[in-house]
Amino acid sequence: MKASTGAFAIWCGRLALFAGAAVLVAAPWLFRVTDIALLTEFLSLLTIAVMWNLVAGYADIVSVGQHAFVGIGAYAFFGFAVIARIDPFLAIPLAALVALLFAIPVMAIIFRLRAAYLAVGSWVVAETLMLAAGKLSAFGGGSGISMPVSVVRIFGAHPAERYATIYWIAFAVAALSLVSTWLLMRSRIGLGLTAIRDDEQGAGVVGVNLSGLRILCFLWAAPFLGLAGAVITLQKLRVAPPASFSIIDWTVYVIFIVVIGGIGSFEGPIIGTVIFFLIRSYLSEIGVWHFIILGVLSIAVVLVEPRGLWGLVRRFLPEDVIPITRRPPLPGRPTEQASRPAESIAHE
Amino acid sequence: MLGGWLNQIVQGVLLGGLYATFAMGLSLSVGIMRFVNIAHGDLIVLVSFLILTLTTTLGLSPLAAVLVTLPITFFGGYLLQRLLLQRVLGKGVLPIILVTFGLSIIVQNGLLGTYGADTRKVAGGSFETATLMLGGGVNVGVLPLTIFLSAIAMVVVLDFVLYRTRLGARIRAVSDDVAAADLIGLPSARIYATAMGIVGVTIAISAGFMSIWTNFDPTSGPSRLLVAFEAVVLGGLGSLWGTLAGGIIIGIAQVVGAQVDAAWQLLAGHLVFLAIFMLRPEGLFPKY
Repeated sequence: MKASTGAFAIWCGRLALFAGAAVLVAAPWLFRVTDIALLTEFLSLLTIAVMWNLVAGYADIVSVGQHAFVGIGAYAFFGFAVIARIDPFLAIPLAALVALLFAIPVMAIIFRLRAAYLAVGSWVVAETLMLAAGKLSAFGGGSGISMPVSVVRIFGAHPAERYATIYWIAFAVAALSLVSTWLLMRSRIGLGLTAIRDDEQGAGVVGVNLSGLRILCFLWAAPFLGLAGAVITLQKLRVAPPASFSIIDWTVYVIFIVVIGGIGSFEGPIIGTVIFFLIRSYLSEIGVWHFIILGVLSIAVVLVEPRGLWGLVRRFLPEDVIPITRRPPLPGRPTEQASRPAESIAHE
Repeated sequence: MLGGWLNQIVQGVLLGGLYATFAMGLSLSVGIMRFVNIAHGDLIVLVSFLILTLTTTLGLSPLAAVLVTLPITFFGGYLLQRLLLQRVLGKGVLPIILVTFGLSIIVQNGLLGTYGADTRKVAGGSFETATLMLGGGVNVGVLPLTIFLSAIAMVVVLDFVLYRTRLGARIRAVSDDVAAADLIGLPSARIYATAMGIVGVTIAISAGFMSIWTNFDPTSGPSRLLVAFEAVVLGGLGSLWGTLAGGIIIGIAQVVGAQVDAAWQLLAGHLVFLAIFMLRPEGLFPKY
């Protein structure tokens, strides 16, 4: 592909991204209530997918237990807003804080396991937390509890109004997670993460602080997952252990989204979430088969193009649509030492 | 009272025998191929449904059904390794986790689509309910006792195969250093596949026991995987006797937990695992 065609494709991609963002901003005025509810779900899942990609795709922490933090966020939000009677709008950031606090002991447990065992280890921890949530009688025990009408009405007296409010909260959470994670990836830290993604040992050799970055990514993801949990609780209007800590919704789907879209790229989770919602809206009638299609598709992706659909497209593009790496400096000019490693060790 | 507690401990040990049979195959694949097969529990459930079909449609006895499935699971494991897992082995942790994870979801939903979500069980006849009264309030079911003794037999046989036979020496050679094994002309891909075939045989045996002792449904796989994983990690990676001990610890924790409150059974198992893991992350009898 000629350079000019490539650059044209890049700008088309960026234009599509901005058009998508513009539609999301205008959505409350454009769509019906059912579509708004679907878009809210889209934004929550996008947030979770971006975070799983950061943790598994860049920091190489292949966790199968991230749904625990969504559940903790959901329960914490319910606890603050309904049981402690704190202003629900304040309960949302508090839910993020609680998810962050829980991330510290969880990390202390699962980081003791070597990579291959960490996946199932994180699952055990998530299962334990879910079962423990089922023992909280104030939260309805194992069968869960609905949010009282008085609290629900704070978000809008009429359903339409309430859906719009919840949509804006989900939009804010997704925007915050995308923009802040993008800034993180643009920073010196992001350069180190890209190096880990490309070659862990090599990254360690050139002085990337592997364990420090792992801890940072894990703790970075938790509060955002907690925020997503609060949004999801607002949408479902209830908490229950199997639904709030749903491994299918917040881990299985998310892994498929990231793997199919493209793990280890910023565009991958976005593309994956869009594709996932298309597959689900057109194939949900076929029941269990849509799971089987997603499973086969993700195995095929791992075998054929481990960088996913975006990796396939990216082969033909000169640069990323969402730029997270900087262009290497021109040869011969003195440069800051830290800006080089990721590019030079990309090839094993 | 003391007899009551003693009886609970005995029941826990016997339950641990079943868990150890789940964990035996996982322990082998962890020790030899250095990966955790996330679909392990789902494969056990898949074979349980196969046994269910053989007993109900062909009228085979559970024992005959298990014997019929043994060659099927051996070649199933062999082909799974040869055609799928071998392609992603040695390429880092992420691909193997993602492939076995995808496989797990495919198996679960394939079973849901084929058999529906109902809870099933294979009828074991009088064997299932026979009990030995040992006195002092301790009762031992013949079926759980058989399973426990079989678990011990499995450890003995697998230990013999791994450490006393030519095949075992080859498997250990490939497991220790696959590059060196290739260099001296060992067919490493075929050896890995044979090892996975042995894992398949352990899956068939554990599926046979599980299907007559406990209820199962298409989504039972993950809970079996978690229990098996806990037994493997508690025992120390790669140690088969350790895996048996780990299974027994989880079994006792669950039965004693259920004694306090029926709803605490699973949670007690996980909490005891996490507590021991924090104190001794390398496991009780680590080999590596």
